[in-house]
Amino acid sequence: MNAVAIPEPQSDVVIRLQDIERIYHMGGETIYALRSVSLTIERNEYTAVMGPSGSGKSTMMNVIGCLDSPTGGNYWLNGRLVSAMNDRQLAHARNRDIGFVFQTFNLLSRMTALANVEVPLIYSGMRRRERHDRAQHALETVGLADRMSHRPSELSGGQRQRVAVARALVTEPSILLADEPTGNLDSATGREIMSLFDKLHDSGNTIIIVTHEKRVADHAARTIRLSDGAVISDGPSGDEA
Amino acid sequence: MLLGETFLIALQSIRGNLFRAALTMLGIVIGVAAVITMVALGAGAQAAIDAQMEALGGDILSIGSSNRFSRGVSRNQQTLTTDDADALARDSIYFDGIVPEIDNRQQIKYGNTNINVTILGTTPNYADVHLFNIAVGRMFDSSDDAGRRRVAVLASEIPGMLDTDAAGIVGRTIQIRSISFDVIGVLESKGSSGWRNPDDDVWIPLSTAQFRVAGNDRVENISAKVREGVSIELAMVDIERILRREHGILPGADNDFSIMNRKQFLDTRQEAAEVFTYLLAGIAGVSLLVGGIGIMNIMLVTVTERTREIGIRKAMGATNGNILLQFLVEAMVLCLLGGGLGLALGAGASYFASEFAGWQTQISSASIITAFTFSATVGLVFGMWPAKRAASLDPIDALRHE
Ligand SMILES: Nc1ncnc2c1ncn2[C@@H]1O[C@H](COP(=O)(O)OP(=O)(O)OP(=O)(O)O)[C@@H](O)[C@H]1O
Ligand SMILES: [Mg+2]
Repeated sequence: MNAVAIPEPQSDVVIRLQDIERIYHMGGETIYALRSVSLTIERNEYTAVMGPSGSGKSTMMNVIGCLDSPTGGNYWLNGRLVSAMNDRQLAHARNRDIGFVFQTFNLLSRMTALANVEVPLIYSGMRRRERHDRAQHALETVGLADRMSHRPSELSGGQRQRVAVARALVTEPSILLADEPTGNLDSATGREIMSLFDKLHDSGNTIIIVTHEKRVADHAARTIRLSDGAVISDGPSGDEA
Repeated sequence: MLLGETFLIALQSIRGNLFRAALTMLGIVIGVAAVITMVALGAGAQAAIDAQMEALGGDILSIGSSNRFSRGVSRNQQTLTTDDADALARDSIYFDGIVPEIDNRQQIKYGNTNINVTILGTTPNYADVHLFNIAVGRMFDSSDDAGRRRVAVLASEIPGMLDTDAAGIVGRTIQIRSISFDVIGVLESKGSSGWRNPDDDVWIPLSTAQFRVAGNDRVENISAKVREGVSIELAMVDIERILRREHGILPGADNDFSIMNRKQFLDTRQEAAEVFTYLLAGIAGVSLLVGGIGIMNIMLVTVTERTREIGIRKAMGATNGNILLQFLVEAMVLCLLGGGLGLALGAGASYFASEFAGWQTQISSASIITAFTFSATVGLVFGMWPAKRAASLDPIDALRHE
């Protein structure tokens, strides 16, 4: 109890997971999506998360993104205990601190690409004109200048993914969480997105990226491997566990 | 800022499902229309009834001859006489005024102008009992009546019909059935009572009418003004007692006269108007309730359909409050649109009802405020639960929703 109450002292640590556990109860069965995951991520770290399908990568990203509540353990974001935050503080964290690229994009199907990218800016209270300019700029950055008024259903899978990336970047969050951001991209576009992430890293962002591809993971300095909900290795990229 | 944004999102969402929105609004439309009509007609009908009550005098009983049946044949005869009126005035303590009258249509002539109007033969207290005021000149008095003098008092519209005015005709002579009458006064306008226009009559003393025009002492009608504080029923019983005695009607035989109670008549009309108002209030209440439930239902459907959207918005930084507001505004916009349509429908309905029933109706700013208050309240009350449900969704569960 005491350990919980002590605030995280090191200011360079932006994410700290301590014995994080995420259990699902399916009928009589108990599924451990995450079991006792402990790790810290420092400011401006570039981390890749790898592991087989179903190993808990997305679950961990959702916990870090303040979307899912772990069933056990503690999580501090920028030194603040997330389980103690109220709805407004959580919404603020999702809006300002974190940019999230979902594995399944999660775009609003009734809206254009531009309107989709504007959504987080609406909730940060930005004025229409500035919002518009920022969203437009974000879409240009991911190479979708000519597709802004298309709805998601009128875009290819790769283009949708790039809209999702633009939406995650548009609020200029300090932490970028990307769940397989290159999964649907051809290698050329994938490389463009990765060089964008590299640039963001160079400008001081903290990046966590889930991937199956070693080529992508090699952009990161550090690779965390998950298996069956547990961390099985955590070290510099390129090392084979 | 965010409220405006929320408003836009609501409008977009309604536009995306226009037909469904229209069906959902129907209950609100009918409910608000009923409220508007109720307010407009209720006030109009009440005003009309009050005006009639005032004009007719609710406390005046009207006694007329009634048809008598003998051997299965109805004989239409006038059974009332001046003596009956005198007996009522003498023997009953329940009346402030007893006014016998006869009327028939006659040709009158002034200069070269001929008109056909109702000549009313009555006693001098007619003006007091029926609440008329003299504009110019004087009313005839009992000596005019006793002397069967040829004097006439004109209702307000008569001078104009004779191509002159009130001041111009008092002191002049008009011809009624070629008999000369001196015009001694002109009345102020009374306004229509709904049955007939009292402003185009010519009044002459009763005796003059009976003996110079009609040739007998029959009267057509006797008005009896009930003294204040006396019950109408008691007064009617007393009239019956005196007239049966005067007419020598044996116990068990039918009256040869009838007593009309105008107040009763007006009360019936008033009750009808009230029943109509309650009916509309009932329709309004039920429609608004059903409409509200419809709104709630459709909002619950919308929330379920858009669960993923809610998850996405929350993931992008929407607070529970933002989501609550979004769905509440959507419910209220639906209701307000319905309220606007209902207002138009209610205005149309009141217009036709007033044309049809002859009641004054008005769509006042009060009814517009009522319409929007009702619909906004319905939106707020019935939109709250679905909106709360949307707001309390867990982000990750909402995102996973298919
Ligand atoms: N809502 C849920 N209910 C029950 N089990 C769940 C739920 N969500 C995830 N799981 C389980 O948790 C485990 C981890 O899932 P997760 O989505 O994190 O995997 P992943 O590593 O992202 O896989 P992939 O590479 O295929 O995306 C899986 O076994 C999955 O079946
Ligand atoms: Mg996954």
